[in-house]
Amino acid sequence: MYGLLASMFDGLLIGCVYGLAAMGLSLVWGVMNVINLAHGVMIAFGMFGLYFLFTAYGINPYVLLLPVIIAGFVSGVVIYWVAVHRVIGRPILTSLLSTFAVNMILIGLGTTLWSTSPYNVAFSLPGITIGPYTFTGGHFAAAFSAVILALGLEAFLYYTRFGKAIRAVADNRDAAELMGISSARILMVAFGLGVALAAASGGLAATLFPFTVLSGGAYQLKSFVVTVLAGLGKPVGALVAGILLGLLEGAVTPFMAVSWIPLIEFVLFVMALVLFPKGIFGRTA
Amino acid sequence: MLKRPFFWVIVSITLAFAILPLATGDANLRESLIIVAVAIALASNVNLMIGYTGYVNFGNVIFYGLGGYIGLYLTTVRGWPLIAAAIVAGVVVSVFTLVFGMSILRLRGAYFGLATIGVLEAMRTFVSNFNPWGRASGMYVPMDAYQSLGGPMRAVWISYLLIVAVMGSSLLLSLFIKNSKFGLGLFAIREDEDAAGVLGVNATFYKAVVYSVSAFLPAVAGAIIFFKNGMIDPGGAFDLTLSIEAIVMMLLGGRGTVTGAAIGAALYEQLRGYLLTSESLSNFHLVIAGGLLLIIILFAPEGLVGGFYRLLPRARRVFE
Repeated sequence: MYGLLASMFDGLLIGCVYGLAAMGLSLVWGVMNVINLAHGVMIAFGMFGLYFLFTAYGINPYVLLLPVIIAGFVSGVVIYWVAVHRVIGRPILTSLLSTFAVNMILIGLGTTLWSTSPYNVAFSLPGITIGPYTFTGGHFAAAFSAVILALGLEAFLYYTRFGKAIRAVADNRDAAELMGISSARILMVAFGLGVALAAASGGLAATLFPFTVLSGGAYQLKSFVVTVLAGLGKPVGALVAGILLGLLEGAVTPFMAVSWIPLIEFVLFVMALVLFPKGIFGRTA
Repeated sequence: MLKRPFFWVIVSITLAFAILPLATGDANLRESLIIVAVAIALASNVNLMIGYTGYVNFGNVIFYGLGGYIGLYLTTVRGWPLIAAAIVAGVVVSVFTLVFGMSILRLRGAYFGLATIGVLEAMRTFVSNFNPWGRASGMYVPMDAYQSLGGPMRAVWISYLLIVAVMGSSLLLSLFIKNSKFGLGLFAIREDEDAAGVLGVNATFYKAVVYSVSAFLPAVAGAIIFFKNGMIDPGGAFDLTLSIEAIVMMLLGGRGTVTGAAIGAALYEQLRGYLLTSESLSNFHLVIAGGLLLIIILFAPEGLVGGFYRLLPRARRVFE
């Protein structure tokens, strides 16, 4: 019984990282109606970014998250201009394929540069031991950083002028343009932020588990599940749904092999899509 | 059908595929043609979903992989003859896809695309954990399984001819659907699903049927190819890259046309063969494929055949 609780608590901590990854996907999807299939590979690049910074400088990885986020934002802006800007407003098929093309290019580059062997950020924080269970400090720190970043994004979207403009474009792009908002710039920043969040969550995930170039795919799948559960364009909803997913993973791991988890997630995903197309926090149509 | 010139083009290409390596006995030619034939079969069937209906199916390789698994299970464990096993594999995968499609195809556009990625991951997870199919290490064909076809050498040739038949059937199927009322319904869904519904096209049913039809021949091809290769494992059978390559081939040639899928597949395989054999570029072929996909999507959404039609409008009547 306590084992289950401990496992679920650990799941809750990791769920914060899932939530952060999903927020980026949800933001882009909500603002420009583009499903970024390069999200997963940007998570993986975030992992490698943190890994290389950490091996080069050896300072606290949570401090190194900042350059990873900035690099993520810049690459997001570049990807936006190369692959996304021209397909906005075209059929959704087009943007799915163009972001997937970016995904292929980056995965190809990543495999050429770093192969598909696992890497590991060798950093650990003292854990907390309660009875027979130990919660590693890294999990607490990652969850804490994820929540801080998520709340930061939420504050940015609701309390700054630029954030309000992003929400305006998400609501109604034409109306926003009539109010004098330059939507191309807003979309660019929103995409950059989405990728920055992906990189940040990748950086945090790198401190938790060993990773490869292809690890992003699993997080991308989780992000889809979370985004669909939470409904579009609801960043805090994504964080909460991410935590729920983490709790669920924590709850099932004591009972079955970890390799079954993607199957469970997928069943959940299809059920959410078919039963709650607006998300569990969504208004009814 | 018989009056359409393109019908005879397909028949003669298929015959050429069958006769050329047989007449020369050239094993290298056979091996490169079989890859092209499989690519054409996969790309044509992806075209039914993406080109005709406008629904991205990122998980199209599932049909191929699952067909391979069922075929290998039937031939090696149950001792069935190859042709029966391949056809049963096709039927099982089609029925499974139809049932699954009825529920999942209520999803529109992008949501369906996402779901197909999920299906692929879920299927790989399932097969990697499924004991009767050898879990992560997969299954092997014992040498004596080839005896019923007259030894390994003959089995390879028979597999080749069967694959060529699958390729020809895929092209004919694409041609047939394109000129049928069913095909018109699919085009209507692609252009505007709501309007199609108002005009009496039962969109969910049509989509589920085409999803299921597009599963049959790839599953048959999978059963034959993995039998010929002698082994199957989850990574090779459910490879997202192969799914995407089928899409790239189809888009390269031109979506929604029978010719386009075939030409795109043949060209892409040539390109990939070159990239894989040149040492420094072998890891790089994903980058090239991705770059190609991006360029087509952004600048030439109609593909090669689309451009060809614009140069020679009359060609549209022959090369459908």
